[in-house]
Amino acid sequence: MESITPSNIFKDQGRVRAVGKAGDSWTSKFFSYLVLTLIAFTMIVPFMWMLSTSLKPEKEILRRNIFPIEPTTDNYEEVINGTDLPLWYKNSFIVAVISTVSVAFFDSLAGFVFAKYNFPGKRPIFIIFLTSLMVPTEMLLIPWFIMSSNPPIGGTWVDTYWGIAFPGVITAAGIFLMRQFMQGVPDELLDAGRIDGVSEFGLFWRVAVPLSLPAIGALCIFNFLGNWNAFIWPLIATSRSEMFTLPVGIQQFSSEADTPWNLIMTGASLSVVPLLIVVIIFQRYIIEGIALTGLKG
Amino acid sequence: MTLARKKIFWAYIFLAIPIVFFAYIRVYPALFAFQMSLHDYNPLAAEQPFVGLENYEKVFIELGKTKSITKSAFGNTISYVALGVPIQLCLALLISLMLNEIRFMSTLYRILFFLPFVTSTIAIAWVFRMLYQPRFGLFNVILQMLSLPQQPFLRSPQQALPSVLALVIWQGMGFAVIIFLAGLKQIPRTYYEAAEVDGASRWHTFRYITFPLLNPSIVYLLVLQTISFLRMFAPVVAMTEQGSGGPLNSTTTVVLRVYREAFQSFNMGYASSLTVVLFAMILGVTIIQLSITSRRIN
Repeated sequence: MESITPSNIFKDQGRVRAVGKAGDSWTSKFFSYLVLTLIAFTMIVPFMWMLSTSLKPEKEILRRNIFPIEPTTDNYEEVINGTDLPLWYKNSFIVAVISTVSVAFFDSLAGFVFAKYNFPGKRPIFIIFLTSLMVPTEMLLIPWFIMSSNPPIGGTWVDTYWGIAFPGVITAAGIFLMRQFMQGVPDELLDAGRIDGVSEFGLFWRVAVPLSLPAIGALCIFNFLGNWNAFIWPLIATSRSEMFTLPVGIQQFSSEADTPWNLIMTGASLSVVPLLIVVIIFQRYIIEGIALTGLKG
Repeated sequence: MTLARKKIFWAYIFLAIPIVFFAYIRVYPALFAFQMSLHDYNPLAAEQPFVGLENYEKVFIELGKTKSITKSAFGNTISYVALGVPIQLCLALLISLMLNEIRFMSTLYRILFFLPFVTSTIAIAWVFRMLYQPRFGLFNVILQMLSLPQQPFLRSPQQALPSVLALVIWQGMGFAVIIFLAGLKQIPRTYYEAAEVDGASRWHTFRYITFPLLNPSIVYLLVLQTISFLRMFAPVVAMTEQGSGGPLNSTTTVVLRVYREAFQSFNMGYASSLTVVLFAMILGVTIIQLSITSRRIN
C-alpha cells in the first residue's frame, strides 16, 4: 500500500486534474462545435428552401428535388410585373421611415426632458408612460380602427400611410431607453452651453443628441425592423391591395384555392433577403443593442 | 424669467407633442377599450347599447362550455406558453453555454442563430408551412428518406399546434441566446477560476455559479417570452387554412379570436372584453416578475 503523504495527494490530484481538464475541454469543445453546427444548419435550411423554391420552374415545385434542376427567374418576373409587390415594398418602406424618424426625434426629446429637467408633474407623467408598457397593443387595435374610421382630421385614415403609421409615432420603451442613456450626458456640459447662450433646444440637438448616437442608432434599427415586419395593425388598417405592406401582401397571395408556392416563396425571398443583408452588415450594433436594451423588434 | 423657470417652461414645450401623441395613441384607446367592453359595440349598427358586464359573462360562460372556440383559444394559448417558453429558454440556455465556451467562428454562429429573429414572421411562417406539406414538403421528404411514415403535420388537429410552436421557438430562440450571452459575460471570471481550484465539477459550476448569477436574465426572458407567446397571432394566421386557427380550432389563439370577432363578425364589444382579459393575464405576469425582482433586491 502506498503511503499517503500530503505531497503525494497534491501531486496525484494535480496530474489527474490536468489530464482530465485537457481531455475534458477538448471533447467538450468538439461536442459544442458539433451541436452548434447542427443547430446552425437548421437555422439556414428554411432560408435555403425558400430561395431554392423561388428559383424553381412551376413544374418542379411538387417534385422532391431540393435544388432546382433548371433554375429560372420567371417567378421573380411574375411577382414583380404581375402583382402589387413593388407597391407593398414601397408602402412598407414609407411607413417604416415615417415611424422611425418620428420615434427617433420624439422619443429622444422626451427622454432628454425626463433625464435632464425637473418640473412639477414629472413623476406622474413618467409613470403614465411606463404603465402603458403593460397594455398590450392588441387591446388598442379595435379603438385604433374606430379612431381611423372617424379621425379628427381628414375623412378616413383607413388605407393611408398615416393610418398605418400613426400608432407607432412614439414609443414608451424608446423614451425609457433614451432617458437611461441621456442621464449620462454631463450636466456641466449643458450648463456651459447655457452660459454660452445656447438655446434649450440647441442643448438637446447639438449636445445631447450627438452624445447619444449609439442609443439612437439602436432605437432606429429596432423600430425600422419592427415596422417592416409588423403584421396585425397593417392588416386591419388596409383594405386595398395597393396599400398593403409586405407581410399583409404575402399573406393575401394564397387567397385563391390553389396555393402558388413558387410565388409565395419568391415574395418571401424578396421581403427577407435585402433586410438580412442589412442586418448582417450592422449585426454588431444590433446584437449589442439588444443586449444593452433588451428591446424586441 | 429666471433660469429655473425657463427650464420648466422649455420642459413643458418639449413634452407637449409627445404627451399629445401618447395620450392619443395609447392612453385614450386603452380607456376606450374598457368602455367598449361594457357595450354591445357593433360599428355597423345604429346604436351601441350599454350592457354592463354581459360581455365578460359571455367570456366565462364560453370558457365553461366544452368545444367553444373561446375555450379552445384560451386553452391553446396556455399550451403555447406552457410548452413554448420552457423549451425555447432551455434550448437557448444550452446554446449560449456552448457558444460561451468557443472562440473560433462564434460570431458566425451568433449571426446565424439570430437571423430568424429579424425575419418577417409572415414570410418565414409561409416557408415552414411549405416545409410541413404532405409529399413534397421537406420534413416529409426527410421522413421518407429515413423510411418513416409520412406525417400530416398542419393538417392534423393533434400535430398542428406543436408544428406551429416549432416555428415560433425556432424564430425567437436567437433573441434569448443574445440576452443569455450578455448575462454570461457579466459573471466574473474569478468565480470560475475559484471553482476550478476547488475542483468543482461542470454540473456544480453550473448549478452553484452560472445558474444563480444568470437569474436576472432568466426572469427577464421568462416574462418577456411569456408575454410574447400570450400575444401569438401572425404564425397561426400564416400557417392555417384561410388563417382560421384550424384544423378544428386546434391552433387558434386569444388574439386570433379577438381579430375574427372584431373585424370579421364586428362584435367589437365582446372582442374588447377578450382583450381586457388578455391584458389582465399580462398584468399578472408582470406583477409576479416585479414581486420576484424586488424581493431579490431586499
